Formats: sequence, structure tokens, C-alpha cells
Amino acid sequence: MTKYTSFRMKTLSFLLDRRAILIIVSLIGAVILTALISIGIGEIFIKPDAVVKALFGYGTDMNELVVKQFRFPRIAMAILAGGALAVSGAILQGMIRNPLASPDILGITWGGALATIGFLTVFSDKANALTVSIQWQPLASFIGAVLAGFLVFILSWKNGISPIRLVLIGIGLTAVLQALTTLLMIIGPIYRASDANIWITGSVHGTNGQDVLTLLPWVVVLLILLMVYSRRVNLQELGDDVAKGAGAMLLRDRITLLFISTGLAGGAVAFAGGVGFVGLMAPHIARKLVGSSFGVLVPVSALVGSMLVMIADLIGRTLFSPLEVPAGVFTAAIGAPYFIYLLYRSRNK
Amino acid sequence: MAHKLKTVRNKWLGLAIGALIVVALMASSVVYGLTSITWSTALNAFTQFDGSNEHIIIIDNRVPRALIGAAVGASLAVAGALMQAITRNPLASPSILGVNAGASFAIVVAVTFFSVTSLAAFSWLAFLGAAVASLIVYVLGTLGREGLTPMKLTLAGAAIAAMFSSLTQGMLVLNEKALEDVLFWLAGSIEGRSLDMLGAVIPYIAIGLVGAVFISKKINTLVMGEDVAKGLGQRTLFVKAGAALLIVLLAGGSVAVAGPIALVGIVVPHLARFFTGSDYRWIIPYSAILGAILLLSADIAARYVIMPLEAPVGVLTAVIGTPFFVYIARREFNQL
Repeated sequence: MTKYTSFRMKTLSFLLDRRAILIIVSLIGAVILTALISIGIGEIFIKPDAVVKALFGYGTDMNELVVKQFRFPRIAMAILAGGALAVSGAILQGMIRNPLASPDILGITWGGALATIGFLTVFSDKANALTVSIQWQPLASFIGAVLAGFLVFILSWKNGISPIRLVLIGIGLTAVLQALTTLLMIIGPIYRASDANIWITGSVHGTNGQDVLTLLPWVVVLLILLMVYSRRVNLQELGDDVAKGAGAMLLRDRITLLFISTGLAGGAVAFAGGVGFVGLMAPHIARKLVGSSFGVLVPVSALVGSMLVMIADLIGRTLFSPLEVPAGVFTAAIGAPYFIYLLYRSRNK
Repeated sequence: MAHKLKTVRNKWLGLAIGALIVVALMASSVVYGLTSITWSTALNAFTQFDGSNEHIIIIDNRVPRALIGAAVGASLAVAGALMQAITRNPLASPSILGVNAGASFAIVVAVTFFSVTSLAAFSWLAFLGAAVASLIVYVLGTLGREGLTPMKLTLAGAAIAAMFSSLTQGMLVLNEKALEDVLFWLAGSIEGRSLDMLGAVIPYIAIGLVGAVFISKKINTLVMGEDVAKGLGQRTLFVKAGAALLIVLLAGGSVAVAGPIALVGIVVPHLARFFTGSDYRWIIPYSAILGAILLLSADIAARYVIMPLEAPVGVLTAVIGTPFFVYIARREFNQL
């Protein structure tokens, strides 16, 4: 067992895989590097060293304005949202033991979408101007996403939670949420439908520093909670019978894990919208890199998810410049073929 | 499950009553709506057309709508029944398995990138999209040693549907004008469609419906299990391919006219089974009749829920269908 270094405390103990640590460190490096480059690229090009200077307050006024006001919050949001979605997907895949599970399929994204367009519709006056501040929109989206997650959870409850019922009911609920979202889009003016459509596709455009500071503690707390729980996910991956035999409290663990997963996905979609396929792709890529031990899978998934959304956003705002394409278009464009490949690869499992 | 109509005589009777209800609903569909019309005006529009507003509304709008409602409802329901049979999955239907999403995607690509507006092209594109999507979902669902399991098939369907709809979504973000054009269509609606649109697809829908009735006896053998069917001398691949072709014609045809209307294909075959039991020679015609009834009533209701605006009928079928879907999912997938 020289591959591992053990780490033990009173309530927490895990083995650290040395190779995994190396991968995590290099991924962190890659994320930071990509972020610096991405912050620099845009209408005004700023060199990476100038970006670092501006971030720490030693740059020119112009650079500091561009970096701190506009680009940094946006990139930070891409990192946070990508990481949260990826971890949410990793939890679901571990729990449902199916490589195709993801927050997109459980109706979480569409719950957020319905709440967002509902918010825009309910709080508009006759001239279609908003009567409350747009700052409340993420809260509305979050509530919608979490409610949808829990509704799926409650409806699939029948002497406990079966993963297959959970997935099927998620799919069913998605249909009705989608339908109601379209209904609200049709009732309102076309520009509102267009705004809502951008949200549904998923974009980190227009993020401000406050958004990042709101989401950050939420994601961090849930991630820490998850790390404590990670051994239980490892156990669930062995199957219900084995897990029960090993003394796992299946039901309580599932509820807690679902709560964490929904919370993470809900937080991400509240600010970034329905960026698709990240929760599906990132855990797979992570598993290829470090295997499926949950303790290392979580941080690696998070980093991969951050990379994916950051790169999708970079492509989206540069490729068709001056047009901005929402990041979600590219995550879907990469994610969908990847997904088909996955299905093909996993055919004998 | 104990079914309601046990004798052949009662089944024919039920079918006849169903057909009468369809006719009655089509007549109501002509009369009720934002512009209310009296029954005598409606009759006059056919016998002595005078060019008044009411008469124009009846001939150009309401009548096509009633006919399209019946045709689309019937074909989605029959497509659903065939799908549930060949996949032996109680939750299979064109909307859940991504067939509708594939057809929509093909049409939106054509509208945004190639400015296609011809109706004939619409239906061919819808067929193409439906065929590609069903092929991908079916192949992905059958891969592997265990073969076709409901879980794999449903997940593959949901994922393919998600893929096509996010790509559709992305194209619409880039092209706001196209969004305006296709938004109502995307929600699934039979309002404002001309008779020409129905004319363009009715041959395919007719082939699909008649074909489904002819194939139903073979389907009965197939649902006993692939091995049993083979043992009885059936060329199962041939029957499955035939059924798949019919599904593409029916689902593609209705999406071309009405857009993706959700969950009709899943609810109706179960209702049909409730009346007739498990004989597909009866399930197919009953599904057709009940599908028409469901869609026509949902469409009449859609005119009233957000008056004076109209809700797309696809929203109503989704709202009606989801509780049913949840019920089936809870009943059929009991194992932990």
C-alpha cells in the first residue's frame, strides 16, 4: 500500500492516493492558468502578468476596472458553477449507480427555469417593467430548482427511494416543468422569452462580485459536508445489499446526499442558469483520471467542471465576437457527443 | 389488470361510442372558442357560405383545427402503443424517448440555417429527425449484454431528448427572430395550422395508422417475448423494423403539423389497455380513438385557461399526463 498515505482524525479518516494528489495539484494549476488567460482575453487584451497585477491592485486604472469589475467575477462564477454542477453530478452517479444520471435529468434545471420566468412574469407591471429588483432573481431560481429536486424526491418515495424511480419521475416532472415554462414564455413579450431562453441555455454573462460572494460560502459549506460523507457514497456504489450488509443507513445517507446534490446544482443554476451536461461529463472525466474513490473524485470532478464551464464561456464570448453565445451552448455541443460515446463505451457494464 | 370490456360485441360497441364522441368533440371544437359561434351558423358555413367573419373563421381556422386535432391525437397515441409494445417498456412514448425532440431539432435547424418554409420539406425533415433520434435511442438502449432494459432505454431517451433540446435552445438564442417564429410551434399546438399542412402529412399518417392495425397481430406475438416469438416462427427483426417505420411516420408526421405534443403517447395506450385488455388488435384502434378524444378535449380546454390568449395544447397534455406518468412509474418500478 505504498501508493497511499493514510490520514486519520477522530471522526474523519481517509487514504490519500499520491497520484491523485499530483493530479489535483496540476488541475488547480491548470484552472488558475486558464482563468488568468481567460480574464485577459476580450475586447481589450490584457497580458497574464498584467492581469495578476490588476487583481492585486497594482495595475493601471483601466486594467483594474476591466479585470475587477467585469471579467474576474464572470470567470469566478464559471469556476464556482462548473464545480458545483460537476460535484452534484458525481453524487448522483455514485448514488444511482448509473453513469447517465445528472442534475439535468432530475428536473432541477427546469425547476429553476420555471421559477425564473415565473419571477419575471409575476413581478412585471403592465408596461412589462420589473417591479422588484432583478437581484432577487437568483433567489427565485434557487427556490425553484430546489423545490423541483425535492418534489422528484417526494414523488419517488415509496418505502424508501429507488434510484430507477427517482430517474423516471425526474424525467416525467421535466416534461411538465418544460411545458409550463413555455406557456409563460408565450404569455409574455418576446424579449422576455428571449431573456429566459438565455437563462435556460446557461450563461455567466453579467455576473457581478456580489453574486460570487453570495454563492461562494454556500458551495464551500456543502463541499465540506460532502467530504465528511464521502465514505458513505463509496459504500453505496457497491450496491444496496452490500451497503446494508456493511451497516450503512441507506435511507438517511440518501436523503443527506440528495440534499447536498440538489443544493449544489440549485446554487449553480440560480446564477448561471441551466448550463447543461457539465454534471454528466465532469465526473466521467474525473473517474478516468483518478478512479472512483469518492474522496478524490469530488475535488477532481469539481476542478474538471470548472475548466469545462470556463472554456465554454471563453469560446462563447470570443468565437462569434461581438455576438455572445451562452456557455451552455458549447457545454451541450461537447457534452452530447461525449455522452453518446459514453453510452457506447459502457455497453457491457 | 382486469379490463372493462370483455366480449367482442362490447368492444365493437365501445369503439363505436368512442367514434361518436370524436365526432361530437370535433363539432364542439368548431363551435367553442374566443369567437363563439352558434351551431346554426356553423352549419350554414358549409351549406351557404356568405364570406362573413364567422364563416371565414369556421372554414379557415376551426375546421382544420378539429381535423388536425383528431389526426395528431390518434397518431401520437398509436405511436406510443407501438413503442410500448416493441420496447416492452410501459413508459415509452415519442416524447419521453426523444423522438419528438429529434423532429423538432431537424425543423429548427432548417428554419434557422436554411430558411426553409415549405410544408412538404417540414414533414420530410420531421421524419428524418424522428428517424435519427429513434435509431440512436434504440441502438444505445440495446447495447450491452443485458440487452434492452427499461432503465437503459428511458435514460438514453431522456439524454437524447436533452441533447436535442439544448441544441435547439442554443440555435434559438442566436436567432431571436426564429425564436418568435417557432416558439408557439415548439410548445406543441394545433392552432392556426392550415389544411394544407395536414394535407402534406395525412398520407403518411394514414399509412401509419392502417399499418399499425395490420401489424397488430404480429405485435401480440412479439410482446410474449423475443424468444417465444422466434420459436413461433416470427421474424422478429422484420416486425420490429416495420413497427419502427410506422412509429417514425406517425410521430414525425404529427410533429411536422403540431410540434412536439407531450405525453399523449404515454397516457392513451394505458387507458386503451384499461378498456380492452392486452390484445393489440384492440389496443391499436382504441388508442387511436382515445388519443383523438384526449387531444380534441385538451385543445378545447386550452382556449379557456388563459382567455383571451390561448395556451398551446402541448402544455395541457403535459399537465394532464405528468401525474399519470408518475403513477405508472411508481406502480411498475416497485423494486428498490
